[in-house]
Order: sequence, then C-alpha cells, then structure tokens
Amino acid sequence: MKTFPMGGVHPSENKLSSAKAIEVLPLPEVVNIPLAQHIGAPAVAKVAKGDKVLTGQLIAEAGSFMSANIHSPISGTVTAVDMLPNGQGLRQMMITIKREGDDWAEGIDRSQTLVKECNLSAQEIIARIKAAGIVGMGGATFPTHVKLSIPAGKKAECVIINGVECEPYLTSDHRMMLEHGEELVVGVTIVMKAVGVEKAYIGIENNKPDAIAHLQKIVASYPGIEVVPLKVRYPQGGEKQLIAAVTGRQVPPPPALPIDVGAVVCNASTTYAVYQAVQKGMPLIQRVVTITGKNLREPKNLLTRMGTPVSALIAAAGGLPENTGKVINGGPMMGRAMVNLESPVTKGCSGITVLSDHDARRHVASQCIKCAKCVAACPMGLEPYYLSKMTQKKNWDEVEARMITSCIECGCCQSTCPAYLPLLDWIRLGKQTTMGRIRARAAAAAPKK
Amino acid sequence: MANKLIVAPAPHVQTSQSTAHIMRDVVIALMPALVVSTIVFGFDVLRVTALSVAACVVFEFLIQKYVVRGPLTISNWSAVVTGVLLAFNLPASIPWWIVLIGAFVAIAIAKMTFGGLGKNPFNPALVGRVFLLVAYPVQMTTWPLPVNGGAFDALSGATPLAAVKHGLAGPDALGVQDLLLGNMPGSMGEVAALALLVGFVYLLWRRVITWHIPVTILVTMALFAFVVALCKGESGAMLWQLPLFHVLAGGAILGSVFMATDYSTSPMTVKGGVIFAVGIGIITMLIRLWGAYPEGMSFAILLMNACVPLINKYVKPKRFGVK
Repeated sequence: MKTFPMGGVHPSENKLSSAKAIEVLPLPEVVNIPLAQHIGAPAVAKVAKGDKVLTGQLIAEAGSFMSANIHSPISGTVTAVDMLPNGQGLRQMMITIKREGDDWAEGIDRSQTLVKECNLSAQEIIARIKAAGIVGMGGATFPTHVKLSIPAGKKAECVIINGVECEPYLTSDHRMMLEHGEELVVGVTIVMKAVGVEKAYIGIENNKPDAIAHLQKIVASYPGIEVVPLKVRYPQGGEKQLIAAVTGRQVPPPPALPIDVGAVVCNASTTYAVYQAVQKGMPLIQRVVTITGKNLREPKNLLTRMGTPVSALIAAAGGLPENTGKVINGGPMMGRAMVNLESPVTKGCSGITVLSDHDARRHVASQCIKCAKCVAACPMGLEPYYLSKMTQKKNWDEVEARMITSCIECGCCQSTCPAYLPLLDWIRLGKQTTMGRIRARAAAAAPKK
Repeated sequence: MANKLIVAPAPHVQTSQSTAHIMRDVVIALMPALVVSTIVFGFDVLRVTALSVAACVVFEFLIQKYVVRGPLTISNWSAVVTGVLLAFNLPASIPWWIVLIGAFVAIAIAKMTFGGLGKNPFNPALVGRVFLLVAYPVQMTTWPLPVNGGAFDALSGATPLAAVKHGLAGPDALGVQDLLLGNMPGSMGEVAALALLVGFVYLLWRRVITWHIPVTILVTMALFAFVVALCKGESGAMLWQLPLFHVLAGGAILGSVFMATDYSTSPMTVKGGVIFAVGIGIITMLIRLWGAYPEGMSFAILLMNACVPLINKYVKPKRFGVK
C-alpha cells in the first residue's frame, strides 16, 4: 500500500465520530465573522453597524489577490464591526451579526439536486471560486482561487484530492466523502478543468474503507479520476507527503511549491465547497465540523454555519466534561489550544477536540538521550534534536544549513520524544527567525529604487 | 472549568514510551541472559549483578545529590542498565571490591563527568570493564567453570576465544548447541547467546532499538571471518564454522545488541549507524585474530564511540525533496 517515503508516526486514531452521520447544528442567534480567516491579506468589511444582511450576501471583500471574500452565514442585522478576542484570546477585527430568520440572498441553489454539467471556462470557474470565498478547509486556509491559478511558466499535470484526514479524532472529511461523494467527484472534475489536467487522484487512508469503496464506485463512471488507498500514517495529509505518497515525486525544499512537480492538491471538503460554489452559486458560509473527545457524551459531525461560537458545538455534544483540560481547534497533532470558547468557527476549522486534563498535560521534560527517534520520525528528513538545540544556541547559520525551513511543523518529533522535550516549540522559533533572516537578506540584495 | 483550560502549542499528544520505559525494557531484555547465566555459573551471578546495580545507582544518586546538585534522575533506570551491563562483562568469580571500582569508574567517570545520561561519549559499562581489564588483568581473566563442568573442561579456565587464539582448540571444539546455551567459561552475560537473542527480539518488538547496528556488526564479523578462512585455504566445514564461532562466542552478541546500540554513544542516523557497526565488526575481528587480546568487542565499541560525533557531523539523513 502506498505511503510517503520517510518518517511519520502512528498515534492512536480515536476516530470516535466516524460512524456518526452529519447533523445540522441549529442556527446561532449571533455570529462573529473574523475578517482574517485565511492566509493573506484580511478581507475588507463592506457592511457597517445597523446594516441588514441576507444569508450568503457578501459582507467583506478580498483585500488583495491573496485574500478571500466573506459572506454572511445568517440573515439579520450587523450589530458591530469591532475587535473581538479569537480562539487564542488575540483581538481580531470581526463583524457581529444578530440573526433574524434565515432569508437567503438570490442566486443560491439550496436544493440537493446533483448538477453534473459544467460548461464554464477555467477562468470562469476560478472567478466563481474566488467570488464564493473558498479557502483550503483542511486547516491551512490558503485561498483556493490562488492555488488554482497556475503561475506562468508552470504546468499542472494532476490534481490530488486530500481525503487522508490523518489527524487523530477528526472525521469531517470522512463523513463528507461518504455522504456527498457524488458532489465531491463532480467537484473534482471542476478542479481538473480549472487547472487543465486530465488526471486526478483521491488519496484516502485505509482506515476509511467505506469511503474508499464508496468513491471507487462513483469514480468508475468518471474517466481520469482514481481513488488511491494509502497506508495509515501521520502526516500523510501534509501536502508534500500526500504528493509523494500518490505520485512518488518529492517537492524540492522551499521556495519550491507542489506545482513544481506538477501537482495541485485540494482538500476533500474544499472540493465539495468548489462544487457548491460553481454549480449552485453557494458561497462558503458553512462547513462540517467534528466535535470530539473521549469524555464528550456524544461526539458528532455537525454542519455548522461560520461564525457559530465553539461553545454551541460543545453544547450540542453534551457539554464540556468535568475533567476537561484542553479544547483544541483542530486535531491533537496540529490543532491550536483555545482559551476562548465563545470564539467563532471559521473556514479552516475541521474539528474541535476536547482532551481531558490527564491527556492534555505535557509530561515533565528531562534531557535528550540521543535515541534518534525524532530523526527517524521526521517526514522531511531533518534532525529535530539538533535544530532544537542549535535554535537554543541561536546558531542561525547552522539551523539554516540544516534546512530548518523545510520543517512542516507536523509535530512527529515532539510527540515521539521519550524525554518529552519541547522540540517543535524551539524549531518553530528557529524556523521563523530563519525565514525572517532570509527575507531580510533578499530585501538587502534587491536593487534600490 | 472553561476558565482553567491548558494552553500549549501543538502537538497535544506525547508518546507513552518515556526514557524510563525504554531503560526498563532494556533491563527486561537482559533478564533471560541473567537467568541462563545463573544456571551456568550459579548464584555468584546474582550476587555480582545485584552488587553492581546497587553500586551504580548509589554512585549516581550520591553524585547528583552532593556533587552536581542537579535533578535526581536515578528513577530513569539508566543506572540500572549500566549496572547490569557492567556485571555481564565480569567473570562470576570477581571479588566484590573490584565490582565497586568498576561501578565507580562507569558512573562517576564515564557518565556523570560528562553530564549524565545522553551526554556521555563512551559507553559507561564498557569504560568500567576496560578499566578493570587493564587494572586487574588477573582477576578479570580468571574464568570460573560452568557449575556442570562445561563442554570445555579439557581447557579449564580459558574462554573459547582464548583457547582458539592460543591454538589450544579449533573453532569447531564447541558445538553450536553449547555456544547457544552458554555452556562454557566466559563473562557472566556473554555466554548465553540464545538468551541474548531473545532479548534482542524483545527490544525490536518494543521498538527500543532497530536491527541495523546489531545485524550489521554480526554480518561484518561473519564475512570477515569467512574471508580469513578463505585466505587461509580452508575449505568445507571450516568455511562456515569460523564465522559462526566468532559470531556466537565471546561478547559479540552482548556487545552488538546491548552496548553498540546505546543511544548516546551511537550515531543518530541509520546510515551513520551502519558505518559505525561495520567499524565495530572490523576492529573486533582485527583484535581477535591479530591483537594482544582474545576478545576485541569492548575496544572496538569504545573506538567507534569516539567516531560518533564525526559520523553525526558528516552523515546527514536523506532530506525530503533533495536528490
């Protein structure tokens, strides 16, 4: 069975909600919509306090090419455009809307009818994706229209749909593939058309045999699309790992991009959103969010409007257990610990993982025993123990020479360390510092205007 | 509850295999050999091992408490591992005070001077053993016979390696069965090849070590012996008996499975580990065949330990996306 070439770990999968069909979460009374919920420039608010908005109406416009539109997830009145704390407690510009009914903007087809035909040109498809404000929904939140706009001089050879969902606990992509497989596959044909390729692969780890079988049956009538079962191994959903697992090609170190090996990778939920946007005129205003945790009364997959407070999902799953230690936006390997449970669900939020106090506490770190488990676990072939140590010594030349900028921050090193060293905490710092140094060098070398 | 959430950067999961778990697994993996050795040499084995372990733990405790004044780490079981390994490198008849000296050299000089676990460049148990071998050569090479007389009684007091080296016997004097079960004179822990291999399988199963270093050392030694046999014009059974003898006799298995794989004194990459292991195999055979000592495993490992920083500097892992 295919997988990526080096490193990786296999943490307990804990897919508690994989058999739970997607439920629709009741509409929230109030939503908070951050203007920056994607990589790139924040969107620019197009509404002000007191404005009435409809569900699906544009409320903030992309601030630049590398940005994304934002639409209202509910209908009602804008009550504030102000700085509010996000999940990590940092204040961020958000639009607050108080709900009144659920009146939709015109031009959005909310029926379940499958629309297969798409006679749009690549430019038109990308324009619709841009208008709908679609970003990578696996967590990276990279604007999808940017990803699908192949730079001059590069050529896409295949599309890879990321249905790996290698993070423990999370099941939103899994349920999406099972319950909206047809739409997803039509979405794949649209993405293929947008980037001008004849070949697409859907990569799925083989802990989801039902999804593999379901999609294999569907793609049988779609030439050029192939389902690729993958061995269960984290971080297979990492873009570079997935490309290597499926095609055998390794993306060279930064600044190279997937397109340099001819691959365009798109998350499964994102591809479904592309279908909705292009075929149905539906902007990205809702997504499936897994609410999960061993002590939650009822882990679930919830179709949630953007801007819904995380606390509403927790309530729908039976409330926060007594012994809760950590609430994570995302999965336990790469998710972000939250301090503010009233903060909103955003486009990149695939799950909320609740860990008990016992599971959430870091073990006390001791000293490095040079076991080399971090080296063996690194999917990028780096030396985490050394990068961490050299960062502590501020030896920036050395960390750069040892390719710290290749780190994908997957956390394999730190999760496998028997001495419980905060390896990735240090490496992140070293990577950011090194990227800053590289930028500064480039700026200094650039010709002065 | 919500106002008492823990916040930390990802990842939010950590392995259950802690340093102490790993060290305890190494101790467990050494137990079959301890049992076999006790059967072969009697209760002296348990006495020496217990003394060695106790001495190593106490020395580490005292040094941390009164000299280094750092956090106490004896609960990580690494001093226990050193204690068992040191004992396994001694004859069962060794006087108690020599055990204490060996433990002191291993812990105080080879381990704690460098900063303790993970920082020592040389394997502590081997430093202790080699110090004793040089300082007390008589006591260190007076081998008690197995309690049942052993398969080798014509050559009382000589290990098979020594007997072969000095031409007292051929490498075929011992059957494979005796070599595997340890029915011969030798260091306490080295004689029971089969029991050590059981420990090896356990360590692989628990993912404490990988197969690369032990297997590479043993294959290198076997190939080396095979080539030597060929060059000597041997033919027939001797072509496989000499390699088999060198792999099973002496400390080859104990050294390659339990000492050469010591984390802090072996390279950080698989490729580096293979280079390290080939070096150990070759040096061991050079000493065994043409050196002053019948056994060269300890020296070979210590010499290659010295090369580890160099290997780590130049042998890098294969980077993703770099041809």
